[in-house]
This record gives sequence, C-alpha cells and structure tokens, in this order.
Amino acid sequence: MGTRRISVTVDGVAYSDDVEPRTLLVHYLRERLGKTGTVVGCDTSNCGACTVHLDGRSVKSCSVLAVQVDGSDVTTIEGLAQNGELHPVQQAFHENHGLQCGYCTPGMIMQAVDLLKDNPDPSDAEIREGLEGNLCRCTGYQNIVKSVKAAAGAGSVSAGVAGGAA
Amino acid sequence: MIPAAFDYESPASIDEALQVIAGAGDREVKVLAGGQSLIPVLRLRMNAPDLVVDLGRIAELRGVRDDGDAIAIGAMTTHDDVTREPLIRQHALLLSLAAQTVADPQVRHRGTFGGSLAHADPAADMPAPALALGAEFVIAGPSGRRTVGASDFFTDLFTTAIGEGELLVEVRVPKHTGWGAHYEKFNHVAHTWSIVGVAAAVRVEGGTIAEAKVGLTNMGLVPIRATAVEQALVGQPATADAIRAAAQNADQGTNPMSDASADEHYRRHLAKVLTGRAVLAAVG
Ligand SMILES: Cc1cc2nc3c(=O)[nH]c(=O)nc-3n(C[C@H](O)[C@H](O)[C@H](O)COP(=O)(O)OP(=O)(O)OC[C@H]3O[C@@H](n4cnc5c(N)ncnc54)[C@H](O)[C@@H]3O)c2cc1C
Ligand code: FES
Ligand code: FES
Repeated sequence: MGTRRISVTVDGVAYSDDVEPRTLLVHYLRERLGKTGTVVGCDTSNCGACTVHLDGRSVKSCSVLAVQVDGSDVTTIEGLAQNGELHPVQQAFHENHGLQCGYCTPGMIMQAVDLLKDNPDPSDAEIREGLEGNLCRCTGYQNIVKSVKAAAGAGSVSAGVAGGAA
Repeated sequence: MIPAAFDYESPASIDEALQVIAGAGDREVKVLAGGQSLIPVLRLRMNAPDLVVDLGRIAELRGVRDDGDAIAIGAMTTHDDVTREPLIRQHALLLSLAAQTVADPQVRHRGTFGGSLAHADPAADMPAPALALGAEFVIAGPSGRRTVGASDFFTDLFTTAIGEGELLVEVRVPKHTGWGAHYEKFNHVAHTWSIVGVAAAVRVEGGTIAEAKVGLTNMGLVPIRATAVEQALVGQPATADAIRAAAQNADQGTNPMSDASADEHYRRHLAKVLTGRAVLAAVG
C-alpha cells in the first residue's frame, strides 16, 4: 500500500510530502514537520489537546488523516505568534495563570481562538461550552475561562491568525 | 494508536465514488465522511479496511437546497453547518437544535449529517430528529437512485437500509416552517453521547397543540417515534400539566438497553421526564 503526495500550507509555509494514507494529521505535523507544539493527549478523540485550525475552523488533528488536508491550510499553536509577539489569547493565558502542567494548553488556546472568532464577547457559560471538547486535568478550568474572558476583553479577534483563519 | 495500512481514494463525484467502490472487488471498502466515528475506530484497530473511499472532495454532496415542500440536505453537510444553515433553521429547526448538542465544536466542524445517519449509533443525536420529521433518504447505487422513508431506513443497531456498494447522498426533510422545536439531551458530562435524548416538534394553534412529532434517542436499537405521546398531545392545551400527562406515554413501544450508563428502568423514567421537558420547551 503506497503513499500519496499532499501539498499543504502549515503556519504560512507551503509543504509537499509523500505520506501513507493512514498517517494522522497530528503525526504528520509532529514527526514530519517537527511541529511538536501540537500534542496527543488521548486515544479516543476526546481530549482536544491536538486541536489545530483546518481552513480556519478548529479540528482534532488526531481525527483527521493527513491525506484529507491535501490542498488545505493548517494553523497550529506554533503559527499564532506574529513577529515574536504572542497572540492575545496566548498572552492572556500567560497573564491569567491559564495553565499548570501546560499539556492541554496548545489545544485550549487553538479552540479559544476559534470560539472568539465566532463569538467575540462570550459569557462564562459560552466559554465553557465552547471548550467542552478540551479536557484539562490540572486547572479546574477556572483560570482558563478567566484567560479567554481577558483575551475577549483585549479584542483578540481583530488580531487575526496567520494563514487563512479569517 | 495508528490505523492499519489501507489504500485511499478521493473521488470527485458521486458517480466516480460508486465506480471506485464497485471496482474494489473482494477488498473490504470503508466510506469516509467526516471521519469522526470512523477514524477513532480505525485508530483502535476495531476495523481495518483494505480501501478507504473519502467523500470529502465531492462538492455535490455538500449544502442545502430548497426543494419545494421539503429541504434537501447533502450527506456531507457538517453538523456545524446544520446548526447554522438558515434554510434548516427556518424549515427544520429541530435538526439545527439537535446538531448543536452533538459532541463538541471540533467534532461538529468535521462530522457530517449523512455520516451520523449512516453510522446509526443508537446514542447518536441526529437519527431521532430525522425520524420525527419524516425525513426521506436518497441512496445512490450502481443501478441508480432510490428513496427510503425514515421508518424503513434504520433497520438495526449500526445498520441502515444503505446496501453494499451504495451511498447515502441526500436527505429530504419535509418543511416544518413555523413549528416549535426542542432537543432535550441527557448525558453525564459535557461533550458525551446521549443516555436518552428526546426530539420534539410541535405546531400550536390558538393555544392548542394541533400537531406533534416526537422522536427518541437511545430507547432501543434504532431511533423510535413516540406515537402514543404524539396522539395524546394533539388537541390538548399547550400547558405544562397537559404536556406532562401526555409525556407519561413516552416509553410505550420502546426497548431500552441496560448498560454502564443507565439501566432499562431508568431510561424509561428518563424518556418520560425528558419528553415533558422537550415538548414544553418546543411549545415555547
Ligand atoms: C469525542 C466524540 C464525541 C461524539 N459525541 C457525539 C454525540 O454526542 N452525539 C452524536 O450524535 N455523535 C457524536 N459523535 C459522533 C459524530 O457525530 C460523528 O460525526 C458521526 O457519528 C459520524 O459522522 P462522520 O461524518 O464523522 O462519519 P464517518 O466517521 O466518516 O463515518 C461513519 C460511518 O458511516 C459510514 N458513512 C458515512 N457517510 C456515508 C454515506 N454518505 N454513505 C454511506 N455510508 C456512509 C462510514 O462508512 C462509516 O462506517 C462523537 C464523536 C466523537 C469523536
Ligand atoms: S489527542 Fe486528539 S482528541 Fe485527544
Ligand atoms: S494544565 Fe495540565 S492538563 Fe491542563
């Protein structure tokens, strides 16, 4: 069973690679492109730690095949910062103690960015609902909600994201 | 885990997809829609097909169109699109509300309406609303297209009327313009499957329930229409007391399982309580 050639833009850089059809997007990102900022937290598509943006919408990269993203645009946590400046949602997590061990954080931030794009001024309940596909074993979510709220206040939406996340 | 190796095709049209599947011979074929049920299954190696046929590049399978007295929803329309699509919200609000309860945002961005119906998980949230609204399922195969009614589509656990070599291409949903709707889902924690779910659509005329459609999720191997409740509701005033009384019939004709989440008796109890809530919310 052979390989397929895919062309994909990841964090603003175009790549062309031969992949086995069974390769999961998260493994392509981590092992082929070295983008280890995106992590794997489970085997059941539940935890959301692997969340990236695919053509501007959040997806669990462990539940997408690399061959499915041929021709698409992917943004990972590594593509959020611009010119050495943290994205406002990253900055807000930093300032509001939105993480402890940090394992869930890449996925939380990517999902929070997606949420704020849809709903720039969410209530606490809407934030919790928007992050329901992302599990955190450390924080009890309180400071995560606080961080997203702070980012919303700081107007993170207008800050935009590299690569087609409009 | 990583799926076992498979060959992969991504046809650009329905006809091409049917040809690829027909040409697979003895090889085991799996159709890939949003992949939000299939990819987890492949990762756990509960299934290891020889060939995966991805419907993701077939533009004609996506989107919603007005089709006279019905709306036609392409099989590859995502859950997220079902929640937002104005035509669906206007004419089949129940589907939008149910889709909004499926899983989490990431899964809704990928998972599809057709995939959920074709997979026919008894705990899935889209089958009962589709059944309640009397959806018709358009199935394409090597010898053309046929249409199957909702009551004949779900045949068993994880089994539908879609035959070997066939694809679900479109779902026609009769317009329920102006009907009130609600999907009441009971689960233990966020982003999990329904233990029981109730889909309700009602048409109220001058304070009286003129028509009612109620579908049940996870009260048997297949989604079930709560016809006893529907009959008991019609002609009743749209009041809490009348609705709760009618909802007492919700477990009639059901066959709920006992599993780790709930036993049969608890599911029967839930069906009545949730039906009351769903219909009450639907009448507004
Ligand atoms: C963490 C998580 C939580 C979830 N929670 C819920 C939930 O609360 N409620 C809920 O309803 N669902 C839930 N799901 C499932 C989700 O809704 C899936 O999207 C859905 O069950 C399958 O749709 P899909 O498009 O992803 O199909 P796929 O996974 O691609 O396919 C599923 C099956 O259907 C077949 N198939 C798909 N499309 C067609 C077609 N057009 N013609 C013929 N066969 C076809 C495939 O061959 C496969 O066997 C959850 C999934 C995950 C990962
Ligand atoms: S690793 Fe993707 S959901 Fe857990
Ligand atoms: S900070 Fe440790 S899992 Fe969230």
